[in-house]
Amino acid sequence: MKFLFDSNTWQEIFGSISKNKTRTIITVIGVLWGIFIYIALSGAAKGLDNGFDKAFKTVAMNSMFVWAQSTSMPNAGFKTGRPMQLKLGDVEVLENRIPEIQYIAPRITQGEFGSEPVYTVRGQKSGSYVLNGDFPIYTKISTKKIFDGGRFINQEDMDQARKVIVIGERVQQELFKKEEDPVGAYIRVGNVYFQVIGVHKLAEGVSFDSDSAMFIPFSTYRKLYNSGDNVGYLCIAAYDDADVVQVEKDIKAILKSTHRVNPKDERAFGSFNLGERFGEIMGFADGLTFMSLVVGIATILAGVIGIGNILLISVKERTKELGVRRALGATPSEVRNQIILESVFLTTIAGVIGIILGAGFLSLLNTFTEGGDFPYANPTVPIPYILGALAIMVILGTLIGLIPAQRAVSIRPIDALREE
Amino acid sequence: MIEIKDLHKSYKMGSNSLHVLKGINFSVEEGELVAIMGSSGSGKSTLLNILGMLDELDEGSYVLDGVPIKNLNETKAANYRNKFLGFVFQSFNLINYKSAMENVALPLYYQKVGRKERQEKALKYLEQVGLKEWATHLPNELSGGQKQRVAIARAMAAEPKVLLADEPTGALDSKTSYEVMDLIQKINDQGNTILIVTHEPDIADMCKRIVHLKDGVIIEDKKVEQVRAAQYV
Repeated sequence: MKFLFDSNTWQEIFGSISKNKTRTIITVIGVLWGIFIYIALSGAAKGLDNGFDKAFKTVAMNSMFVWAQSTSMPNAGFKTGRPMQLKLGDVEVLENRIPEIQYIAPRITQGEFGSEPVYTVRGQKSGSYVLNGDFPIYTKISTKKIFDGGRFINQEDMDQARKVIVIGERVQQELFKKEEDPVGAYIRVGNVYFQVIGVHKLAEGVSFDSDSAMFIPFSTYRKLYNSGDNVGYLCIAAYDDADVVQVEKDIKAILKSTHRVNPKDERAFGSFNLGERFGEIMGFADGLTFMSLVVGIATILAGVIGIGNILLISVKERTKELGVRRALGATPSEVRNQIILESVFLTTIAGVIGIILGAGFLSLLNTFTEGGDFPYANPTVPIPYILGALAIMVILGTLIGLIPAQRAVSIRPIDALREE
Repeated sequence: MIEIKDLHKSYKMGSNSLHVLKGINFSVEEGELVAIMGSSGSGKSTLLNILGMLDELDEGSYVLDGVPIKNLNETKAANYRNKFLGFVFQSFNLINYKSAMENVALPLYYQKVGRKERQEKALKYLEQVGLKEWATHLPNELSGGQKQRVAIARAMAAEPKVLLADEPTGALDSKTSYEVMDLIQKINDQGNTILIVTHEPDIADMCKRIVHLKDGVIIEDKKVEQVRAAQYV
């Protein structure tokens, strides 16, 4: 290994490389392109991955919705088609029986799923909006961004069944003038006046609620509409490490047994498992990252093979030169080392340039995608991936360099010097 | 300096075997200037290749400066070539992307001589062959005679025991040939041992001894009165 640190070796390599410019440039471009594609692709995939992460950070990833429909099978003396109704009591049962559940937020809603939106008036302006009766815990499942000066419903609102309301950004735009501060103002919802306590901003990325939804305490809602213990649907978040599909099954099984529904009845309770969908999307992003890794490495491989190919041709071209070197006293290992080092040196230089260009491309990509609607953020390639790619290149460069090097050594100097 | 006894060499051509050298006995003293002559196919190049350790002998013995040359692996042969021998070829065989000076310095590189010293020595030998001003030129910027002089400087740079020249004037016109021979004679005058393979009688006459090969045997080995090349230059 001593030759590696000998400045003479490098002068010789550098001489041979810099004096064969065309060959060097063509060789370098092959690997450069490979590593560039690798960096660009895996960085771009990472950007998408980051984009999804960012989009989903406002909602609990392991969450699902459960609602009641009507039965499709007769059971326990009930006829088919019995309408189901979720009750507040179900929440307690589920919380007690399924330890994987982190939060349950029951909600009752008016204005969604076919029911009439609520007519809302302020002064001369009016509109029809979705009205939700919520528990404060809802914010644990879907983060609510409230504009400065406002807040979401809290426990005291619940306990006293206050007539307070959180309105959406669009509701504010439609009912209030621009310079007006809606917080503290009163609006008429149906026939009852509510005081606005906050304006929620539409979350970037994924959100359960639209910007025209309004929120009041669950307790206020049930008084207002006389809905008793009825619940529209349940928003449920499981712990991060829980198996969401299994939790969903457990929840439905328990609901069926408490509501005396045939265990095989699939229609009685509906559900939407967000966690499962997220899993699919993240799986897609992971797959994309993996794909780009494979494609990138394959391209690097192609580039390195290109180097080997060109070196092989150049060895043939340089048969005479190598013969002269042998006649002048170059040992086979010196010739071999020179060819391998040329290969490794070219690969490394090309790799470094490719990495720099790839990084440039990613930063360009970053400026173009910044602030767009497309879920895309911070396209980067982790340092270990880059070092790994460099290591692969050096190793492949050595291995591929072995072929021409072996060929160079196998040519006997006497044959190399013989007249053509 | 060189001791060859009963040297045989044959090449396999498919099922046939071509017996090229059929028992050569031959020795060279230090400071000699020997021409090896013969028509093509006489075995003169094979003999030179064996002397140059570029080829192996089949039978017999070869002792160079007291070192028996037998069963060498490539690495050892390379080291011996580097230490003992300087080569001059008919087609010069300069490395075309290296300047004259770098070409001359190349054998010193394989002797692990430092860069500075290499360059100094290379310049010294280029000066000896009268091409110091051409040190930074590439071979394709030099004339044939100049190229051969650079090649001679390269062969001498390693300070070899024996200089082996294979048709050194084969690719040159007569005037340039005589210039090169003049240079070779001068190097010989300094006490260097030189072997030249040639088929040109006038070049052979400029040596001190002529060995005539025919069909793989020496048919004549005589000392001659040296014709100085300087008078034709």
